[in-house]
This record gives sequence, structure tokens and C-alpha cells, in this order.
Amino acid sequence: MQSLGIDVLFKGINFQRLLGGLWVALRISLISVAISIVLGIIMGLLMVNGNKAVKAVCRVWLEIVRIMPQMVLLFVVYFGTTRVFGWNIPAEESAIIVFSFWGTAEMGDLVRGALISIPKIQYESAMALGMPTGTMYRYVILPQTIRRMIPLSINLITRMIKTTSLVMMIGIVEVLKVAQQIIEANRRTSPNAAFGVFGAVFLMYFCICWPISRLAAALEKRWSDEDPDSRRHGRKKDRKSSKKKTAGTLQTKAVS
Amino acid sequence: MGKDNTILEISHLHKAYGDHVVLDDVSLTVQQGEVVVIIGPSGCGKSTLLRCINALEDIQGGQILLEGNEVRQDSKLISQMRQKIGMVFQSYDLFPHKTVLDNITLAPVKVQKRPKSEAEEEALELLQRVGLEERKDDYPRQLSGGQKQRVAIVRALCMHPEILLLDEITAALDPEMVREVLDVVLSLARAGRTMLIVTHEMSFARAIADRVLFLENGGIVEESTDPEAFFRQPSTERAAQFLHTFDYEKPVKESREAKGTDRMELAEEP
Repeated sequence: MQSLGIDVLFKGINFQRLLGGLWVALRISLISVAISIVLGIIMGLLMVNGNKAVKAVCRVWLEIVRIMPQMVLLFVVYFGTTRVFGWNIPAEESAIIVFSFWGTAEMGDLVRGALISIPKIQYESAMALGMPTGTMYRYVILPQTIRRMIPLSINLITRMIKTTSLVMMIGIVEVLKVAQQIIEANRRTSPNAAFGVFGAVFLMYFCICWPISRLAAALEKRWSDEDPDSRRHGRKKDRKSSKKKTAGTLQTKAVS
Repeated sequence: MGKDNTILEISHLHKAYGDHVVLDDVSLTVQQGEVVVIIGPSGCGKSTLLRCINALEDIQGGQILLEGNEVRQDSKLISQMRQKIGMVFQSYDLFPHKTVLDNITLAPVKVQKRPKSEAEEEALELLQRVGLEERKDDYPRQLSGGQKQRVAIVRALCMHPEILLLDEITAALDPEMVREVLDVVLSLARAGRTMLIVTHEMSFARAIADRVLFLENGGIVEESTDPEAFFRQPSTERAAQFLHTFDYEKPVKESREAKGTDRMELAEEP
């Protein structure tokens, strides 16, 4: 049998270098995700409550993000702005700008969808209790919005983590680039390194994204207990069976 | 009853959606401790009237005064005004992500800035009165429709409102749950609470009302301070017609032959 090229992983500090690259990818995506969540909530609120002009700007922004490949955006920000505006944005910052630009738009759309899915009566009964708008959003509307958004936004977050593999195109040495370097360096001694090294990268992405989607499933399960639509007349007696049922469906979802 | 007892004063209220007039020149005064029941056919504007009083709808004319202060949607004080007006809706107005107890104490604590322990104590006492203190840690989805509506009433009461607006609160309930909710409302009436009630439960209206308003096409057609007399023999033709829709007459059985032809006619119709 041919060598699987796994030995290369443990030569020198290769494994450590891979982990370092993984951290670069993670750092970019985590910072972008944090920015996207905050700005996305603001954008979603604007998309629902803003005037026509604001809504139009948000829509155009969202369309641009959806139509444009992320790689093109990266090139525009990193290479394009340097010549035209004389801005010298470092690669990692460029990546964070692009990922936040993308994430904010998509998160904003998720927030918008979740907000309009909250029944009007929820707003009205909060208002009828004398809640000012800020209090109503903070304690009544946003908590429900966030619960509805979790599964979809987790999907977006994992997509953002995966897409960081593009940033090596603007010279950032992240996990995939490190992998390439290792393979190149060992081309002579272990020509099969590509399998072992890229396989390791695959497992690394899996180890990052899988727990995140499990967390989403766990949160969804916890909150489904509070979901008004899941069971109308749930009494204590049949609560257990309903819990089992939701757990089952979530598992199949997570697997797919 | 003296003028000083007036809690709510509505004068010449006009409400329209574009060209469609929903409420036309409605005037109404409610005294402290009075229970006013509003009945009328669907779409007559009864729910809209309640929603206007709580400024959930903007109005196109007239004035609503609560204890002498104007209720306006664009008023800066509208949140404070709404705290004095409790409202319970047809259904699904509990917050699904909060437990029963948190549903009740949220507004007293966050809006009225009352200490949490005091609000909880009062909430538990009120829950006990409607027989639900054991469900305090449950989520709304674990309750039946009737239980949810009782919690919604408690939630409104916990804000210490001057007046309670009940908008068809039993309309979405299974028949056997209507009673448990209306019993709570009856006990509130006995305690002297001021209420404005929109309902389709005629025998309940008859029992609880100090005054009955019959609304049609956005106007008050008949008003009576003697609900017994009104429900027996309303003075307007329209009210009589409306009340008649709740009565059913025993069908007179037709002979077999006649039935047969009936059936044939029905079959031929399309």
C-alpha cells in the first residue's frame, strides 16, 4: 500500500504550524462574525423600521453581497484601494472588512426575516403594558428574534469560517496556505503528503464547525420548550414525549 | 353619579382607514367602577374602539380623555398613559420566551421600576386568585387556552390599571374553557373594577354589564343601562335582529315525501 503521507504532519513543527494557520483563519472569522452580529442586528432593525431610502440602500447592499463572489470583494478591497485611494490596508484587515461587509448584510437579512415573523400581537401587548419602544425590543421582541435566528445564523457562521480559505489569495498565510507550504517542502521525500496534510486540514475544519452546529442544535432544543407553536395544548403529561420527538428531529437535522 | 367619577371620556371619535370609516362620531363616558359591555356584529368597530382607547390605532378626529389627560398615539407620555389602561387580547399575547411569572412581572419591574420581590409577591397572590399559582414556572406553551387568558388578565392587573379593556378574550377558546376565564372577569366586576368588554357571549354580557352598547357600522345604535331589559326586548329593530341571531328555533320536522323532494332539488341545483 502507498504511504498516506501522514508522517509529514509530525515532522518538525509542521503540526504546530498548521494549528497556527488555523488560528489565523479562526481569528479572521471570529472577529468578522462578532462585527457582523452587532451590525447585522442594527441593519435588520433598519430594514424593518427604516424609511424607504434606508431600506433601498440595505437591499442594494444585500444584492451586491449575494451577487459578488467574496474573492472579487477581497481583491477590490486589498489590491483596488491601494492604487486608487492610496490606502494601505493590511491583508488581515482587508479580509475582516470584506467578511464583515458580507456577514452584516446576510445577518441583517436574517434579523429582518425573524423580526417580521414575530406576530403583531407581541408588539401590541408589549405596548399595551406601557413599554416604551426600547424596552419592548430589548425584553420582548429581540429575545424572540434571536431564538428564531440561531439555526440560520449558525449556518452563516460556519460558512464564513469555511470561506476564510479564500484569504490566502491576498497573501494571508492561514491553515490552507500552511498546508500547501508543507506539501511543497516535502515534495521529494513524501510525494503523498497532499493526502495526509489536506486530510488533517479537513479534520481541523470539521472539529471547529461541528461543535458549533451541535451548540446550535442544543440551543434550539432548549428554546423549543418555549416555542408557542410546537405544541398548543401541551400538558405536563405529554411533555416528555414531545421533548424526545424534538430531540430526534434535531439530530437528523444536525447530521444532514 | 357625579362628573368627578368619570374615568374615561370619549368625544366624537372618528376613525377611518383611508375612505373606509370604521368609527363615526362615537362618544362615550365611563364612570369609575362601571362595567360597560360592547356588542355588535363582526366588523362593526367594537375592537377598533378598544384599540383606539389604548392608542394602538391612530384616530382621525375627536378626543379620548383618561382621567382628564388626552390619550394620543404621538404623545410623549403614551407609555405612562398605557400603564393605566390594561388590555387583554383575543389570544397569543403572552410572551412565549418567558415563564408565567416573568410574563407578569416583566412590565412592573422594567417599566414601573418596582422591586422584583414585591412584583413577584403580588403576581403570586393574583395567580392564586385565578387558581394558577402552581403554573408560575411554566411556559405559555404548556398552558391551555383558558389558562393563558387568565395569566394575561393577571398580567394586566399587576400593572394596577385604572381601567381594563377586554377584547373578545374568549373568542379563540374551546367552549369548555370559556367559563373559567369569564368567572375571573365576573369576580373582577364584583371587586368594583372598571371594565370595557367586547364579547360575543351574550349571557355573560347580560350578567356582567352595568351598561350595554350596541354598535353597528361604526356608530352606537343603542345604549342601555338596564341590560336585563335590553336583552329581553331591545328598543331598536337592529339590536333585536342581532340578538335574534343567537336564538335557535326547534326545526319543525317535515314529512318523508317532502324531504325526498328536498333532497332531489338540492341534488339538481348545481
